[in-house]
Amino acid sequence: MSTKIFKHIQTSVVPLPIENIDTDQIIPARFLKATTREGFGNNLFRDWRFDENDNPKQDFVLNNPNYSGKILVAGKNFGCGSSREHAAWAIADYGFDAVVSSFFADIFKGNALNNGLLPVQVSDEFLKKIFDAVFEDEHAVVEIDLVDQFIKIVATGETESFEVNPYKKACMTNGYDDIDYILSKKELIAEFETSK
Amino acid sequence: MGQTLFDKIWDAHVVSSNEGFPDILYIDTHFIHEVTSPQAFDGLRARGLPVFRPKQTVATADHNVPTWNQHLPIKEELSRYQVDMLTKNCAEFGIELYGLGHPFQGIVHVIGPELGITRPGGTYVCGDSHTSTHGAFGAIAFGIGTSQVEQVMATQCLLQQRPKRMKIEVNGQLQKGVGAKDIILYIISKTSAAGGTGYAVEYSGDTIRSLSMEGRMTICNMSIEMGARCGLIAPDETTINYVKGREFAPKGEEWDKAVAYWQTLYSDEDADFDAVLYFNAEDIEPMITYGTNPGMGIGVTQHVPETLSFEEKEQGSYKKALAYMGLHDDEQLLGKPIDYVFIGSCTNSRIEDLRQVAEFVKGKHKADNVTVWVVPGSKQVQEQAIREGLDKIFDAAGFPLREPGCSACLGMNEDKIPAGKYCVSTSNRNFEGRQGPNSRTFLASPLTAAASAITGKVTDIREFLKEAELVS
Repeated sequence: MSTKIFKHIQTSVVPLPIENIDTDQIIPARFLKATTREGFGNNLFRDWRFDENDNPKQDFVLNNPNYSGKILVAGKNFGCGSSREHAAWAIADYGFDAVVSSFFADIFKGNALNNGLLPVQVSDEFLKKIFDAVFEDEHAVVEIDLVDQFIKIVATGETESFEVNPYKKACMTNGYDDIDYILSKKELIAEFETSK
Repeated sequence: MGQTLFDKIWDAHVVSSNEGFPDILYIDTHFIHEVTSPQAFDGLRARGLPVFRPKQTVATADHNVPTWNQHLPIKEELSRYQVDMLTKNCAEFGIELYGLGHPFQGIVHVIGPELGITRPGGTYVCGDSHTSTHGAFGAIAFGIGTSQVEQVMATQCLLQQRPKRMKIEVNGQLQKGVGAKDIILYIISKTSAAGGTGYAVEYSGDTIRSLSMEGRMTICNMSIEMGARCGLIAPDETTINYVKGREFAPKGEEWDKAVAYWQTLYSDEDADFDAVLYFNAEDIEPMITYGTNPGMGIGVTQHVPETLSFEEKEQGSYKKALAYMGLHDDEQLLGKPIDYVFIGSCTNSRIEDLRQVAEFVKGKHKADNVTVWVVPGSKQVQEQAIREGLDKIFDAAGFPLREPGCSACLGMNEDKIPAGKYCVSTSNRNFEGRQGPNSRTFLASPLTAAASAITGKVTDIREFLKEAELVS
């Protein structure tokens, strides 16, 4: 089965300069009762985005019409906590293609990569530069190139390279899928089982 | 160069290792539950694949289930649908289900160990981050996302990059009233909620060795709260005695063979770790968290830190956390009135936790301002508690013993802490809204939770223990 392909994007960004954003904030547990992968974007950051009467909270960035774009930029240790893949589904379903932070929690990073949502880890300094750029001009554009592994603040030309596992990069740029890869080694699994 | 315990187990499960690719790791047992499996089953259907090894897949219903009147149909429609879906999927794909009403039903990380499914040297995964619990047996166990649940269902394998290795050694004598939960909350308060990210953490030292299996599970359970991929503890006599005779533990000759192998599972003297941390047990007070991640913990007599003690870029997030919790700089939690006490979750709902709480509350009664929920980790724990008469002690203390499930740890069922209320909780996460929208969580040990329920405020369990000594 093929998955979503990601190679390059250039877009304005949505800044969320909060640290340790856990997956319970990204998608609260009470919304995990769905049995399909669709529709989680409506509840992305639900309790930060809406009050108890479901009215949008005006001070939250997703409710601020000045900010939009395909890249979410957040503080360090993004996606910590629960392993719920629903967090990656919600971010992608809302319309983001990439998340930029100076540190990602492991399970979230893996879940994002398995859903065509690119986690881009940058230095603390570069993260601050992106926040500065977008708070200076809310339409500031950021370019992310997965093929050549760099991120660039277009207005200033400042660039940083980022790491990505070469296998996951090949998956994302070609739409390959982990299960197809493992199934191609099925005879090795059988061998392993008999040798145990 | 010697090998770490982690590497010994990992190497014994590598099906294929290719340069530039993650390893293909064989999974001994895959635990599944109702919340993170339905989309994976749909994925298999779309690919036209069966579950590759249904006999190595174990299912239970725990996240969504009510903890009162479990014999009645689940009231909440979406929860009921999700649990029904698990039943249907397990039947279709030939998976054993310990669903509601089954004598083995319970929180997935409680039932695996108590049934003897979790054993030293094994590899265990589940679509739940607290799978790290099973590492207490000297096993590799970690949480995975739903795409990976589908991967394991389809192949009994997982593509995984080998993590770095960290050793955390704790030595020395614990103070009275301080237990496994305090140890792990203390460690996380020192490492931060991200300090273990990218590592498999092995806990060692004489303090860890002296813990029961239940205590070791509490420690490994919260490894994920410092971001670690997994946590593990080398098996020893305590481990072997715990596994022996359990429902699915090896028997006869198989048992002897297994034990001989388990005795080879330890980190060699000269094994190399990427990071090593040392802690003294004497330094650990009864712990409590004050913030909105498990790294924000202090000794119960200490004060909440000042905003200015943090780096400038961290101050915004810190202020947000304190505002959410309704606390201020330098506030002391000791004596702060509370509204709820939750004793349960995969961190602290085993029989030993309930025994310890029962022993403490015997002859006492909860404060009027507090609602207490005691939620056993499994049907077997519940039955055992009843056999030992713990339910009567709890009832007399105003601590009703409920039925098994994840309950108020994440509030997917009706057990939610109301907005603005404070809950001293033995669970593992104090994230915003974790126990219900706008609920406020203080994480602590079962003893601290029980003592706080009795006084109605955040309490230092050591005060009670001192009084008890004076009386005796």
